[in-house]
Amino acid sequence: MAATTETIEQVKELGGGDKYKHGFVTDIEMEFAPKGLNEDIVRFISAKKEEPEWLLEWRLKAFERWKTMPEPDWAKLDVPPIDYNDIYYFAAPKRDEDKPQSLDEVDPKLLETYAKLGIPLKEQEVLAGVAGAPTVAVDAVFDSVSVATTYRKTLEEKGIIFCSISEAVHTHPELVKKYLGSVVPYSDNKHACLNSAVFTDGSFVYIPKGVRCPMELSTYFRINAENTGQFERTLIVADEGSYVSYLEGCTAPQRDENQLHAAVVELVTLDDAEIKYSTVQNWYPGDEEGRGGIYNFVTKRGACRGRNSKISWTQVETGSAITWKYPSCILQGDNSVGEFYSVAITNNRQQADTGTKMIHLGKNTRSKIISKGISAGRSQQTYRGLVRMSPKAESARNYTQCDSLLIGDQCGAHTTPYIESRNASAKVEHEATTSKISEDQLFYCLQRGMSEEDAVSLIVNGFCKEVMQTLPMEFAVEAQKLIGISLEGSVG
Amino acid sequence: MSEMIDPFIKALDQVEQTGPAWLDALRKQGAQDYRTLALPHVKLEQWKYTNLKDLRGAEIAAADAALLDALPATLPDLDAYRLVLVNGRFDADLSDLGGLSDKALVKGLEQALEDGDIETLGGGFEDAALVSLSDALLRDGAFIRIKRGHMLDKPIHLVILSVGSDKLTASHPRIVIDMQDGASATVIETHMGANDSAVVSLPVSEVTVAEKARLGHYKQQLDNAQSYHLAHSAVTVAEGATYDSFVLQLGGKLARCDVRCLIDGAHADVRVNGAYHAGNGQHVDNTSFIDHAAPDAKSAENFRGVLDGDGRGVFQGKILVRQIAQGTDGQQMNRALLLSEKAEIDSKPELEIYADDVKCSHGATAGDMDEDQLFYLMARGIDADTARKLLIQAFLFDVLNEIDYAPAREIFHDAIAAKLGEIA
Repeated sequence: MAATTETIEQVKELGGGDKYKHGFVTDIEMEFAPKGLNEDIVRFISAKKEEPEWLLEWRLKAFERWKTMPEPDWAKLDVPPIDYNDIYYFAAPKRDEDKPQSLDEVDPKLLETYAKLGIPLKEQEVLAGVAGAPTVAVDAVFDSVSVATTYRKTLEEKGIIFCSISEAVHTHPELVKKYLGSVVPYSDNKHACLNSAVFTDGSFVYIPKGVRCPMELSTYFRINAENTGQFERTLIVADEGSYVSYLEGCTAPQRDENQLHAAVVELVTLDDAEIKYSTVQNWYPGDEEGRGGIYNFVTKRGACRGRNSKISWTQVETGSAITWKYPSCILQGDNSVGEFYSVAITNNRQQADTGTKMIHLGKNTRSKIISKGISAGRSQQTYRGLVRMSPKAESARNYTQCDSLLIGDQCGAHTTPYIESRNASAKVEHEATTSKISEDQLFYCLQRGMSEEDAVSLIVNGFCKEVMQTLPMEFAVEAQKLIGISLEGSVG
Repeated sequence: MSEMIDPFIKALDQVEQTGPAWLDALRKQGAQDYRTLALPHVKLEQWKYTNLKDLRGAEIAAADAALLDALPATLPDLDAYRLVLVNGRFDADLSDLGGLSDKALVKGLEQALEDGDIETLGGGFEDAALVSLSDALLRDGAFIRIKRGHMLDKPIHLVILSVGSDKLTASHPRIVIDMQDGASATVIETHMGANDSAVVSLPVSEVTVAEKARLGHYKQQLDNAQSYHLAHSAVTVAEGATYDSFVLQLGGKLARCDVRCLIDGAHADVRVNGAYHAGNGQHVDNTSFIDHAAPDAKSAENFRGVLDGDGRGVFQGKILVRQIAQGTDGQQMNRALLLSEKAEIDSKPELEIYADDVKCSHGATAGDMDEDQLFYLMARGIDADTARKLLIQAFLFDVLNEIDYAPAREIFHDAIAAKLGEIA
């Protein structure tokens, strides 16, 4: 109750003065909402972002729905009960005094990982959240900060809109209003509801007709990207004939204080457009005994609305204590294509329930699912997928392959595909295998002087190759190293 | 909105009280469990694709122990011992059990209970409402025990007949098969209606295959197109034992066979195969669960289905490999052929694996006929209709080869041909 009163006061304060008129970027250091979730918090967030009335109403509707909606319990996950009232929904970025003052103060284990990934010092500071570090992390991964600004200019010239979603609400309200929630309705599931009610920021991308985005877009290019991770909302719209490749996440383990992550990603492709969405997720997985670690409950969905459009999801999931994530495609447009490439690695006590949904609605729609799961330690991993051929999906085609690799006899790998076909001309193929690393392969490597860990890393990378090849080059190199690191301590 | 009355709840008022005390306890527990669980609904994951809504609220009476003068003419003729159940009750007159060795006990379940052949029943199913219902109403059925080391000379033909009346009636036959150490036998089950009235058949089988025993267990479900067939079978397979099974489902308005197989001993070999065809107005469900609870065992599942008209097929197969079950080899496949615009197939092949030294795979396909194959036949002067028929039947016949016992293959072949039309 105390939290509620506090919020009411804060909201009152907000309404009273014109303190916040100049945008939140400069003032934000001082502002945060108290812990807890109620209608006032939702109003507070919306007011803070000076959002239009329709968006506030949408948030409130989502919040109302969230209150009554049950937690999804069908996943093969052991999720401890979440105290939604013990979370900050609008927290300011940490002040410099609270951050580690230099890399010396950062957890040495984290630094060790950075070193293995070959991350330059400056980049390490950014990732570890050291005081005074630049807010843009572009330099390490993609040359230098100046490159980022050059990129922004190039994008503007092409008419590409790439900004934070809060900015887009003000600068392009018509686009946001048209597409926000059109792929993932606010009532989709409990976590999406929560996100719709309290999302704080995220990315907005619009690629105009016929434009091929000249570079890979990444959240890293966006200034102000700090601390938006918890309830991130991403909306990407590719207009007719356009193309964009979007990168999310980072190979390095990022320091994050928030345990619950409930992001929503919506993609829309119109006629002949294509979106390629790549994710590398390496949030803190908790320690060997499973203490701590991020809960990653993400709703990702793309709608291929136009003819001949395409959405391709690639994900490398190595982090988080609990992953609940099903990037999906709704193939509405005739001849549209959906793809899902996934590598998920769980070690120690991690749990992951991930997969995809391919909903075929249009004629000649095609989808391909390649999922590679590796479980080690005491982890549990599930592939859960749905392929649905609706009666109108004439001559639709799906191919699914999900392979699981088990390392050690304490882990689990599960496969739960749902295949529903209501069209005789549609073809669905599903294959799944589960095995362990072959003794012969391991022996071959060891015999040639490799250490067991290197051998496992090599073999696992080979196992995942089909997926890794679909990653953009910059990502692929680091992701390969990441696979080795994620599996450390799982053999021998 | 008023609650619909559960169609079976009334039957629970007439729970029998004959037989030993443990049987009474089982019946009471079953009645209690059914009252809690009630008729399965689609919100249950296990029943996601099979909706019993037509039964909900229906008035169902218990089937009479109808006396049948003769076996149906369409019953396949087999050189076998014959045990006949009519509406779940053993029918001595129609059965033919002459010449059985004293190492084989084959009789009505009620008789077996009376003779003290059985010390316990039930188990093998958790949270299965319809099995609880069957426990509550348990009375009669079939009992087969092959004693240690005995190899039965002829197969046993279990004929499970339903005789419907003007009311919708339900029968609950219980089939108990007990293969002792090293015993070997083949059991062929034929489920069919003796007339065209709608019935609800709820057979529950309990099968144990002890060490190094071997059971060939082949079932054909040929109920009439008005009827409901909701079968459950729990199979326990011990060390070095072989369980070779096949389920052919051609009949029923709504039919479901739910097989749960517990592999309890190392080096067991389990095969759960099947074929199904659903035409207009039919819904056929094959649900299976293979539980690998011992190392180095092998399980294989191979299903084929053809869906025509607005027929709907469901395949739910789950393989669980427990941590102890290192060295498991588990394979599973469901292939479905959709022949018409309104046909539907829903597959859910599932793997749940906790052991690392395993070789497990599953696959599922759905699609229509291969145009190239059709073209090949037509190019050789076979007309389109015949060519299609040929290919559909060949698709189903192919999986019959999984059956170890040739006469069973033949009668199943004939049953498929009878339903889909002989090829001239």
